[in-house]
Amino acid sequence: MAGAVKAKESATKATGRAKKKDGFVAEFRRNKVMFAMLIPVTVYFLLNNYLPMAGIYLAFTKFNFVGGIFGSPFVGMENFKFLFSSGKLLKLTANTLSYNVMFILVDHVLQITFAIILSRLGSRIFTKFTQSVMFLPHFVSFVILNVIVYNIFNYEVGFLNGILTSLGQQPFDAYNTPGAWRFILLALHVWKGVGYGTVVYLATITGISTELYEAADIDGANVFQQIRYITLPLLVPTFIILLLMSLGRIMRGQFDLFYQTVGNVGTLYDVTDILDTFVYRSLRLEFDVGMGTAAGLYQSVFGFIVIMSANAAIKKYQKDYALF
Amino acid sequence: MTAPMKIKRTKSQIAFSIIGYTVITLVSIYCLFPLVLIVSGSFTQNDVLMRQGYSLWPRVFSTAAYRQLFRYPEGIINAYGTTIMCTVVGTALGLFIITMTGYVLQRPDFKYRSKVSFMIYFTTIFGGGMVPWFIMLSKYLHFQNTYMARILPLLMSPFLIILMRTFISSTVPHEIIESAKIDSAGDFAIYWRIVLPVITPGIATVGLFLALGYWNDWYLTSLFITKKNMYSLQFYLYDMLNSVRFAQEMGIPQLGTEQVPTESIKMAMVVIVTGPIIFLYPFVQRYFIAGITVGSVKG
Repeated sequence: MAGAVKAKESATKATGRAKKKDGFVAEFRRNKVMFAMLIPVTVYFLLNNYLPMAGIYLAFTKFNFVGGIFGSPFVGMENFKFLFSSGKLLKLTANTLSYNVMFILVDHVLQITFAIILSRLGSRIFTKFTQSVMFLPHFVSFVILNVIVYNIFNYEVGFLNGILTSLGQQPFDAYNTPGAWRFILLALHVWKGVGYGTVVYLATITGISTELYEAADIDGANVFQQIRYITLPLLVPTFIILLLMSLGRIMRGQFDLFYQTVGNVGTLYDVTDILDTFVYRSLRLEFDVGMGTAAGLYQSVFGFIVIMSANAAIKKYQKDYALF
Repeated sequence: MTAPMKIKRTKSQIAFSIIGYTVITLVSIYCLFPLVLIVSGSFTQNDVLMRQGYSLWPRVFSTAAYRQLFRYPEGIINAYGTTIMCTVVGTALGLFIITMTGYVLQRPDFKYRSKVSFMIYFTTIFGGGMVPWFIMLSKYLHFQNTYMARILPLLMSPFLIILMRTFISSTVPHEIIESAKIDSAGDFAIYWRIVLPVITPGIATVGLFLALGYWNDWYLTSLFITKKNMYSLQFYLYDMLNSVRFAQEMGIPQLGTEQVPTESIKMAMVVIVTGPIIFLYPFVQRYFIAGITVGSVKG
């Protein structure tokens, strides 16, 4: 996304430079009003994003609220040492990465499949209606997931056990079956997001010229061949951009989903604890600010490295697809 | 959506249609099913729910849960009030800043636009993490138990700013801005009188993204708000669900006492909290789709 924008901008920049060479003061005088119009956005990002970066220092302290960011005792790498040596960080990283990789793979396969199907079904009433239905979960809050999990998986009153017992089967105890949560979380994630992604891909598919399909039709290509040789290749740029964006979030991701569904169920941590939930708990339940910051910093740096290398790799292979 | 192509009734086309309609129907059922369980639960008599569990259709129909909810509606009404207030104020303020920023960032004669864009974009690839952010807002900006805490963080996002910038640059011809400049209109006047009126679809889309964010927020309340009368709607629901669960785990019997809401009341509460969104959904979803389309294709 930003790649194209940047190219456009560097083109206009070049013409601007040719016209006049001037510094900040001249530019400020000329465009005073526009500078003023950027004040709110600058203040927002300073307060909300840039100033908190100073708080990274907390990762090297044993925080107390009175001392604040710079008055708390300095402990060097202690927090990191603990996180690494306890094996906690490794476990959290493995969980976070494996969930996100699974989400990314399943998301894109399903979204592309559904978008292609929707784009080629004859009945417009049907496609419009189902598209709306698929998009609906995007609009409900994550707190609803809390309720859904309860309705379906509760041991006594859940829908699933109602079905199982009426079929004469053993009831299923989800909260004592950690392994099942990988699939439950995946199913919920798909439920919440499949419609949104499908719309994104559908937008790209509808941008494909119908002439291509007509020509293929004349050449005798059937539907499946047309999808294989026309639609899929043309979806590659969108796929790569979306993939890069999700790679940027690979160390974060889906705090709402995990917290609302498994929350603080300690027996499931082994399978369900991710960096986001760990950081939240360190702050809200254990009040261990130093540890939480350390884990968060590790998460940020790791994510930064992932996105930078993915972007560099794409740049090498196909410049237009790079994010920046 | 494109007009459906002339479809030849070949074997492969028929096969594709059968698979296609089946798959999409199943997915749609999958997406609706959990919501149906909730609505059905809210209209089921509570002791039936307790004994026989959730079902897709109320086993014994009852509106008792709703009636009981409306007997003491103060909490819900209050949460509705604060949420509407935050949604309206946040969306209006956010829209103003986002459109203004998007406008400046697409003006080719503004020299630092790519630097500012990068400053905004950079926050998506690196950040200080959640804990320092929380300490900054709570200890240094004193946001605890203020509505600022529920409004400020959701005011804007890099995604929405870039979306708006793209939208403005692709819908407002640059010549219009140029000629207004020649007529010596100020930069703000151009934004306010010329650009704003022609970007209403973009405003609708971004406004809906913002409003949805505010309406569905529980996270900010969970971090910054401890006063019950300042809870957001979603957090009010979350808090209620948690207290029910806690009561169940502690073994407090559910005999329809006032403090411990019953199963069906919980579900009725969910319906009341989510209702407005479902109700407005058919009218607003096309703006979302339009926005996503602009953002994904033209960006």
